Amino acid sequence: MTIVFTIVTLSVLGILSAVILYAVAQKFKVQGDPRVDQVEAALPLANCGGCGYAGCRNFAEACVAAEDLTDLYCPVGGQACMDAVADILGKKVSQKDPLIAVIRCQGSYAHRAKTSLYDSAPACSIAASLYGGDTGCAYGCLGLGDCVKACKFQAIFMNPDTGLPEVIDDKCTACGACVKACPRFIIELRRRGPKNRRIFVSCINQDKGPVAKKSCAVACIGCGLCVKACPFEAITLKNNLAYIDHEKCRLCRKCAPVCPTHAIVEMNLPELKAASEPAGVKSSA
Amino acid sequence: MRSGSPKTFPQGGVHPHDSKLSADKPLSMLPLPKTVAILLSQHIGAPAVPLVKAGDFVKTGQLIARAEGFVSANIHASVTGNVKKIDPVKDVTGYKRPAVILDVQEDEWAGGIDRGLDLKKDIPGREDIIAKIAAAGIVGLGGAAFPSHVKLSPPKDKPMEFLLINGVECEPYLTADHRLMVEKSEEVVTGVRILLKGLGIDQACIGIEENKPDAIDILAAAARDYPGIRVEPLKVCYPQGGERQLVKALTGREIPPPPKGLPSDVGCAVFNVGTVFAVYEAVQKNKPLIERVVTVTGPAIQNPSNFWVRVGTPFHELIKAAGGLPDKTGKIIAGGPMMGRALDSTDIPVTKGTSGLLVLPEDQAKRELVENCIRCAKCVFACPLGLEPYLLMALVERNQLDRAFGERVLSCCECSCCSFVCPSHRPLLDYIRLGKANVFKKLKEQKQK
Repeated sequence: MTIVFTIVTLSVLGILSAVILYAVAQKFKVQGDPRVDQVEAALPLANCGGCGYAGCRNFAEACVAAEDLTDLYCPVGGQACMDAVADILGKKVSQKDPLIAVIRCQGSYAHRAKTSLYDSAPACSIAASLYGGDTGCAYGCLGLGDCVKACKFQAIFMNPDTGLPEVIDDKCTACGACVKACPRFIIELRRRGPKNRRIFVSCINQDKGPVAKKSCAVACIGCGLCVKACPFEAITLKNNLAYIDHEKCRLCRKCAPVCPTHAIVEMNLPELKAASEPAGVKSSA
Repeated sequence: MRSGSPKTFPQGGVHPHDSKLSADKPLSMLPLPKTVAILLSQHIGAPAVPLVKAGDFVKTGQLIARAEGFVSANIHASVTGNVKKIDPVKDVTGYKRPAVILDVQEDEWAGGIDRGLDLKKDIPGREDIIAKIAAAGIVGLGGAAFPSHVKLSPPKDKPMEFLLINGVECEPYLTADHRLMVEKSEEVVTGVRILLKGLGIDQACIGIEENKPDAIDILAAAARDYPGIRVEPLKVCYPQGGERQLVKALTGREIPPPPKGLPSDVGCAVFNVGTVFAVYEAVQKNKPLIERVVTVTGPAIQNPSNFWVRVGTPFHELIKAAGGLPDKTGKIIAGGPMMGRALDSTDIPVTKGTSGLLVLPEDQAKRELVENCIRCAKCVFACPLGLEPYLLMALVERNQLDRAFGERVLSCCECSCCSFVCPSHRPLLDYIRLGKANVFKKLKEQKQK
């Protein structure tokens, strides 16, 4: 008898609660913007945070709320994705060139001699907080892989032969997570040229020429030869370091041959000497 | 005066072997090096602005860089010679900072400096004292290198009551302060009287760990004529010489938590013994802070020593004078083994904050294999500030900075008791230090918004 009573009571309670809940839900219904769902569906749903928002949903809400889409950009989806979003919302979108992460250090084991042994926690952020690193260069890559851990797309890996990270062109979405993770600010997002072609100064050492050269064979010594060679005024020299403006660079390839330390790297360009080298990393003479 | 159980701080702390190898080695002069590199930022606060240029001739004790703003300190030439250049030089942090590099010639002292060893007991007026200390570029010699004239000018709404002198020297191996107290006791006591007058108070207490009975006796004898100055033996426990721990042990007062809390909030001013001696020399002898005592020690070092070293001397000169670098050296540490920094070069120059140079053999220097946290809570019991280091490390590893802030990561004094006791050899302090830096960065960003 007791069991019947229990079942009846619980059933009645359940039905009653369901009715109340339904009534409340109808009365206080929040009318969501259906466009948010549509926009979200058009996004890559990587939730990487590369756009500056916490996730794709937040970005979709921001897109719907925004006047126009000029300041909003999903680096993972790229232009195609933003065009789709613009179609859904009927808003204007700015044209942006796709970007790619580049690693501005070539200080491999062969190029940079070790000056000390690091034995603390294996994280670049910790090493950078403790000292200038285990080589003579206090600017270069620490080689402990904070960028690899930060990448959600497995687009960066550590090359065991060089001790340096390398970017896999096709996987990199330019979300910028590695840029933020690197305590040395070595990684930069640059324009992804046609066929992933790009030319950049692969060094951020700001020491004076002889000091930089002593610590690393492929350091930029700030000689300024590339600045003179560039016909488009894309290269500037600041703090003993050359920098190629990727907006101005037209990949004319005048700068790399004149660099005495081979600090300027040409990537994926039809190699004049060795075509098969993937990273275009040249060994120093 | 020495009765009952010694005072100490109430919570945490560890007992590393004190290894004071150089405790009975008298202070000796280090020969002048060939070149010195005097860093422009040897103190907390803004770097000093150089007043000399390449090619200038400077005399020992001459002002070569002026304090920039209130929290900053003057810097003087520690040797006589020509300025070679002003160039970035690697300092103990492992990064390059601007320094004045001098080619050393025979010593020729700038005018007005009294180099006599006679004791001068007459003290000038308060304004004079603060002006002279600021001019001489005195900073805290215990390690943090906080400009001393700032401590002597506390805000008006915080009345001062106690002057506390830190003669604890709780770091293993280091004996610089110990030797100074034994050999220069009268000068130290005069320095204490100068600081009392500078602060406008009459109560001073010198805290010394019990493992230095000679220093306690000698200082107590020197201070006998001055009823306001008390010598207090403290229990041997690391980090007894931490500012918070010392204030708590000597006065029973608790400094409010960081980042804002200072000893002046509880009416205390804390000075290191080395600073007190530098204050004596600055006020009574007009001598700027250009040299300090540095302990050079280590289990394999031939002659562990306490040297008077000119600021800017490269570390390799100190090691050479102590018998050279032993075979199988694993680490060279600036400071003590608990809080010091391992160096990656011996060309780094001595600064005002360098208290010791410790050379450890390979077997003692290597880090053990890091294993998982077993939740034994040894780090929690060891932490003198009541933090939970294992938790803080986990939060910083996962970049949960808001929670780390809530768990008071900024309170950490970086004494490294947690890393010292951890049976799994986890790099607790490394992560906590990183967390502190990241939380500070985040707070700064939020303030800007």
